[in-house]
Amino acid sequence: MTNLTVNGKEVTWDIDPETPLLWALRDHEKLTGTKFGCGVAQCGACTVMLNGMPRRSCVTPIGTLEGAEVTTIEGMEGAEFEAVQTAWQGIDVPQCGWCQSGQIMSATALLQMNGAPTDEDIDNAMAGNVCRCATYVRVRQAIHDAAKTMEG
Amino acid sequence: MNKSIRTSRRAFLAGTAGLVIGTYLAPRGLRAQEAAAGGGGNPLPQPNAFVRIAPDDTVTVIVKHIEFGQGPNTGLATLVAEELDADWSQMRAESAPANDETYKNFAFGSQGTGGSTAMANSYMQMRQVGAMARAMLVAAAAAEWGVPAEEITVEKGKISHPSGQSSSFGAFAEAAAQQQPPAEPVLKDPANFTLIGTDLPKLDTQKKTNGSAIFGMDQYPDGVQTVVLARPPKFGATPGSVDDAAALAVPGVNAVHTLPQGVAVYADSTFAALRGRDALSIEWDESGAETRSSAAMEQEWAAAAKAGGAVVEEEGDLSGLEAEGVEVMEAEFMFPFLAHAPMEPLNGIIEVSGGEARASYGAQFPGGDQMTIAQVLGIDPTAVTVEVTLAGGSFGRRAQQDAHFAAELASVAKAAGDGAYKLVWTREDDIRGGYYRPMTAHYLRAGLDGDGNITGWQNDLANQSIMIGSPMGEMMGAKEIDPTSFEGSNMLPYDFGGRRVSWTKMDAGVPVLWWRSVGSSHTATAVEVFLDELLEAGGKDAVQGRLDLLKEDATRERAVIEKVAEIANWQGRSANGKGYGMAYAKSFGTYVAQIAEVEDRGGVPHVTKVWCAVDCGVAVNPNVIRAQMEGGIGYGLGAALFDEIVIAEGGEVVQSNFDDYRMLRIAEMPAVEVAIIDSTADPTGVGEPGVPPIAPAVINGWRGLTGQKIRRLPIVQPMV
Repeated sequence: MTNLTVNGKEVTWDIDPETPLLWALRDHEKLTGTKFGCGVAQCGACTVMLNGMPRRSCVTPIGTLEGAEVTTIEGMEGAEFEAVQTAWQGIDVPQCGWCQSGQIMSATALLQMNGAPTDEDIDNAMAGNVCRCATYVRVRQAIHDAAKTMEG
Repeated sequence: MNKSIRTSRRAFLAGTAGLVIGTYLAPRGLRAQEAAAGGGGNPLPQPNAFVRIAPDDTVTVIVKHIEFGQGPNTGLATLVAEELDADWSQMRAESAPANDETYKNFAFGSQGTGGSTAMANSYMQMRQVGAMARAMLVAAAAAEWGVPAEEITVEKGKISHPSGQSSSFGAFAEAAAQQQPPAEPVLKDPANFTLIGTDLPKLDTQKKTNGSAIFGMDQYPDGVQTVVLARPPKFGATPGSVDDAAALAVPGVNAVHTLPQGVAVYADSTFAALRGRDALSIEWDESGAETRSSAAMEQEWAAAAKAGGAVVEEEGDLSGLEAEGVEVMEAEFMFPFLAHAPMEPLNGIIEVSGGEARASYGAQFPGGDQMTIAQVLGIDPTAVTVEVTLAGGSFGRRAQQDAHFAAELASVAKAAGDGAYKLVWTREDDIRGGYYRPMTAHYLRAGLDGDGNITGWQNDLANQSIMIGSPMGEMMGAKEIDPTSFEGSNMLPYDFGGRRVSWTKMDAGVPVLWWRSVGSSHTATAVEVFLDELLEAGGKDAVQGRLDLLKEDATRERAVIEKVAEIANWQGRSANGKGYGMAYAKSFGTYVAQIAEVEDRGGVPHVTKVWCAVDCGVAVNPNVIRAQMEGGIGYGLGAALFDEIVIAEGGEVVQSNFDDYRMLRIAEMPAVEVAIIDSTADPTGVGEPGVPPIAPAVINGWRGLTGQKIRRLPIVQPMV
């Protein structure tokens, strides 16, 4: 039995404590914005916020999450998230879209820690998020755009 | 191929809300039947909609090409909106369900997406649909207002008459449905386009940035069980004896069934299914398995290429290679097997009950899948519905002419009986699952005279065929020669003073499939790298040298090469400690030239910038075109630098996931500058054509910087 908060709601999961958070969110909460890409923390499609920090949900067993606060793309809010989302929409970053929730989570976390990231900061913060459509040019641009709106 | 559109009263659905326009493409036989039946009464295919105008003013375009990132939903909606004079904010798009007749791709003769055909195929059809809908709305308004239709104007979703009458579309949607459709819809003069040619925002961006877009894997029908398969470790192996006791003991696992494709575990959740799979003990029957290593195949392929094969193109003769004073140069290239690795692995839903089946997933050839599901389940195709969802990429992986995923999905349901099932492939299943870009060997030979002019060109290839023996190969006439095996090595725009291309079909138990840009994914590299080396050996510039070789009628080729040199401010193969590589390739009717700027980072090429000029005819949505060039460049670059599927001695695939099958990451993505050539030619595709030139551009740039010739891909050999 695991008790935690997901997107501000208290939930109790009476399932195998080794279940990765990713599958608990998808199969049990039907929060499908968080995606499966690799299952081994190599692609970042499953990124969620765990107690305010980005985390790969595919390798996070729910047994370690007693009392934790989890936020998925569906529950995200705040100035950085909104700036990122708006910037993403402004230049049509997504192609297939499968990795984009994870990209947006990582980008939001970056801006929360660093309001004016350089290209190198972006490379480091986004290194774990794979996009097979290679939307990287626009991911980079959108993060810079979001930082600018935050400043302004 | 019949591109004419006919409409009939019966093609307009009554009883649904608002105006629904269905057009169908009547095959000759059907038309004859219709005529024989006096134009009425004869059963026609179910009238099917291409556009739906609702009383709430929304205009929904039903898109027959699957949306997995290349933008057909936005593109086709643009075509309809243009001729309909709709406002972009009222446009919606949804995927068409399986129906080979109504939604056939004119390039294939059946419903399907691929070969970058979506825009080329739908350009006229969707404009005609929009024009029809507009005419019927206008006719309804004219009748209601008692004015001549010619006096009515439509702009941005508003129907107006100089008398002051005006209305949105929705108010006339029902009345319009009662109007006679125009026999010959009048299309706009392209000079009057207001939406085509503009950067309209994509229709699916919002849902793809808030987590609400529903892909195949995001579906959870009531009572659905998740199914994963333990798959044979070698291609061609099959399940032998299975001990499933431990798997069945895993909480949440409901059943284990042996299918032709592997051993399936059915569970209440994904994790239980995965645990159950881990707990299976299986002995595989490897009697029919492919056991050669990829290294062994490489040697065979290379020898076959060098020996020469069936001549597939001949232009002039190769006597120029034997002439006095001519130096003959040769090169051998090797291209590995490649996995597509779309971000969303294959998956799908199937629900079976009472002799009927509903499947829902990212089906790229839904019509063929529908037939296959019916066959496996032993039911009539009319009892099978295939719904097409958004898909997380494909790059060719979902374009399954053998419908192997559909067959597996149906097998899952057949083994377990009535119920709802979600079949999920893991990343390991994907990387090790075959259907790779065929391993390909190229042998090239050319002559250079004393002035550095090319005096003849020979290119011999060896690889497996994707098409021969497949249903699509049959349909497209690929019986002995498979053009997709060597496309891009033939029909070159250059005058080499004599040219011959040959191809040898190789056989292996490794299933192969089209991988973004198909044959051009390797031919462009072999051709453009060898050409660049010849030009350099002959003391010629990479840009001017190519321009000088272009045939007289190669005007579009010339334009993209000149354009890319202009925007890159081309100075030659190296400058300021960086290499600059030029490459050109035409694929799927689209002309693309690229210049890559390459740095040496610890002995490994790092690409900092790519300039790209593209001519794809009318640029329906320039922003989507730029995005596809960026994406194609990134996709091709990642493969060129890092990717290779290695098969070990014995037949097992070495790679398994993104840790050993390395994806391009953001730090490795170059800046990209795209120039789109102004054109009034009919539009051609952009999903694939960005890919072919990038690998040769990088290889040429690397040689410009370091002098090193690359002969084998990937460029960066794994440090295993």
